[in-house]
Amino acid sequence: MINTEKSVITEIEYLGMSGWEKFRYNFVSFFKRLPVTFLRFFTVTIPALALRFWRAFLGIFRKIGIAAKNGDWKTRLSFVIMGFGQFTRGQVMRGLFYLLFEVLFILFMVFFGAGQLALFGGPGYTETTEAGWVIGPDGSEIYVQSAVGDNSLLVLLYGILTIFFIIAFVYAWYSNVKAAYFAQEMKEAGQRLPDARDDLHAFADSQYHKTLLAIPLLGLVIFTIFPIVFMVFIAFTNYDMEHMPPAHLFSWVGFENFRAVFGGSLSGGTQFGVVFGKILLWTVIWAFFATFSNYLLGMVVAIMINKKGIKLKKLWRTVLIMTVAVPQFVSLLLMSQMLGDYGIVNSLLQKWGLTSAPIHFLTDSMGAKVTIIVVNMWIGIPYTMLMVSGILMNIPADLYESARIDGASAIRQYFKITLPYVLHVTTPYLISNFVGNLNNFGVIYLLTGGAPVMTAVGTGGAGETDLLITWLYKLIMDKKLYGVASVISILMFLITGIISLVTYNRSASVKNEEDFM
Amino acid sequence: MAKKLRSKKAVERSTNAVIYVILVVISIIWLVPFVFLVLQSLRGEPGATTNYFFPKQWTFDNYIRLFTNMGVSASTGEVVSTGSYNFMNWYGRTLLIAVCVTVIQTMIVLVTSYALSRLRFRMRKPLMNLMLILGMFPGFMSMTAMYFLLQLLGLTQNMSIVGLILVYVGSSCMGYYICKGFFDTIPKSLDEAARIDGASRHTVFFKIILPLSKPIIIYTILTAFMAPWGEYMFASLIANGNADYWNVAVGLRDMVQREQLTAYSDSFQRFCAAAVVVSLPITILFFLLQRYYVEGVTGGSVKG
Repeated sequence: MINTEKSVITEIEYLGMSGWEKFRYNFVSFFKRLPVTFLRFFTVTIPALALRFWRAFLGIFRKIGIAAKNGDWKTRLSFVIMGFGQFTRGQVMRGLFYLLFEVLFILFMVFFGAGQLALFGGPGYTETTEAGWVIGPDGSEIYVQSAVGDNSLLVLLYGILTIFFIIAFVYAWYSNVKAAYFAQEMKEAGQRLPDARDDLHAFADSQYHKTLLAIPLLGLVIFTIFPIVFMVFIAFTNYDMEHMPPAHLFSWVGFENFRAVFGGSLSGGTQFGVVFGKILLWTVIWAFFATFSNYLLGMVVAIMINKKGIKLKKLWRTVLIMTVAVPQFVSLLLMSQMLGDYGIVNSLLQKWGLTSAPIHFLTDSMGAKVTIIVVNMWIGIPYTMLMVSGILMNIPADLYESARIDGASAIRQYFKITLPYVLHVTTPYLISNFVGNLNNFGVIYLLTGGAPVMTAVGTGGAGETDLLITWLYKLIMDKKLYGVASVISILMFLITGIISLVTYNRSASVKNEEDFM
Repeated sequence: MAKKLRSKKAVERSTNAVIYVILVVISIIWLVPFVFLVLQSLRGEPGATTNYFFPKQWTFDNYIRLFTNMGVSASTGEVVSTGSYNFMNWYGRTLLIAVCVTVIQTMIVLVTSYALSRLRFRMRKPLMNLMLILGMFPGFMSMTAMYFLLQLLGLTQNMSIVGLILVYVGSSCMGYYICKGFFDTIPKSLDEAARIDGASRHTVFFKIILPLSKPIIIYTILTAFMAPWGEYMFASLIANGNADYWNVAVGLRDMVQREQLTAYSDSFQRFCAAAVVVSLPITILFFLLQRYYVEGVTGGSVKG
């Protein structure tokens, strides 16, 4: 890990650092490592993963080959009639389930899936036509009946569902072959095969994870994986305002949308890539300030409240927790109203003669950015305060005791004991919080809605305070630019995904080192 | 020596004084907006904004109008119906969604956490990595795809409660971190002792782990219940602009949009009243269960 650094330090040097230095070292090296890790991700991680998948793939084929070579006629018949092997060897329930699944799959493919897959591949579907008079090929006017064509959205949806179903079938088929061969081997070795009751019992014990995870994982596939696959496909279509099914269908356009994001322009004017870069920059700046302002100030507040000799600790804590207890959208909407150009804050300031014109808390580019970060502090500091309070109580009291005997001042104790301890323990939280802030929709959308709008033309309605995620929301809700929005979300996924992978590895290594003190 | 001690004490006292001042200022900053919210909900004067903090006329009319779907027209000053703006409907829908989500999500999170914490199977590590990576995908993008899926199943518009519940609990197994962290701290020897006595893993989960997990169960319930109240993105998407199918977050945001503020002179006051009605039960619940929340937040952050 450490050796990838330019400024290489040895393990011993690292262990010799104080907690604070270690944190700084980790912090700096994290940002230094980002580009390197980015490259490594494509040159090392992905090929390694691909290799592993390839090996697993080969392993599957080897197992099927062995089953085909050594299997008796019952096992071999299971290749075609799923569950046959189990059925004839006394595992009736298992066999029935396999057979049922095969029958269902064949029926599904014959009556539905195959047709959908054929449509899925290309623009083979028919457009919807409206009733009316058109000029026929011979020049005369002919009346056309309205006809409902294939909705390309549904074609895409059903197509992906069919692919998912096929994958599930292939897996079931493989497990059927494996189980049939296993049953044969067991029989040959003269061992008893598990019957239906054994199987049921296994689902409460040795196979309990399957019972527990079946429903959660089904939800994950339907509500997370499927939508992601769907959006990845959308990125390669021209789905936008002019191609809204069912009236106007969309079709495959290859890498057209990627070109639009990186170099092309959007309805003339400003380059799309420039807007993307601008918003990405603000997103990163926002995430940085939002995370660290909350973190550092929250820690200071926690230390003040927990200081020995401060009374009414519970009261201060309760007051601050108000922003955690009240639903966040209420606080945010309230703040956006109070800080508006004609809101209570501006009216009071003007009434008291402190300002003559309203301060543009939320309508000026720079002002809005500062306001957002400050309001976010108001919302976020209590979370850090709660967390750090808990950690402060866990710091061993004898550390302070011995420091005091050695004559360390309070400030010295803070920098040498408190701060390093808290930093060390909360580094994982800090980093996951940073990633979370990259996608913080609520604060921006409910406070400013991304306003003020960028002045250049062709920005896709982007505002100065828009994060990538709120910009996406606008691209979809207002502009209906589904294709381009999908490309942007794929890019966002890559950026946040890689950042979190790096941090995950790093925090895992930090966690394992147990190096405090 | 005595003098030095006294001066040290003086320093201590002045530091504490400074801290008290800072804490008082912070408390004011934190409380003023909420006090303002309550005051505005009781304000009798019309208009979205005033240039004074305390209302001149105190009234409960804003609450009454909120519950009876009435509003004061800005042009005529008369009390008129606000049409499909039905706060009680939004509130009822959100409450129903929150309760269902709480029940289902708590079960899913507990079950997933137990499987990942205590059971060992081949796909465990890959599964955890997969969930970590999937969590990075901008949730909103998958929401459009989910919208089409729900439309296909007929779960938008008047069935949108079911649709929203499904979407909210659909990927809730990805939020297993904190709960798993808690299960990890329960000594393994307890499981092993029970296993030696012949208990299955199923029995271990229900008879040993769950009874020891009261704090984390309450934490899970609390966070699961609070989340649907503030959910804006998907609720607005699935309602497709039809106010009958909104939840409180979408409804309340619309009440302070320009169209509403210019159409009704009491829109902002009703918004404040609605905010109080929405926040009060949640806030009380939160303060009652605060201890468990703090335990969850602290524990979760430390274990990552």
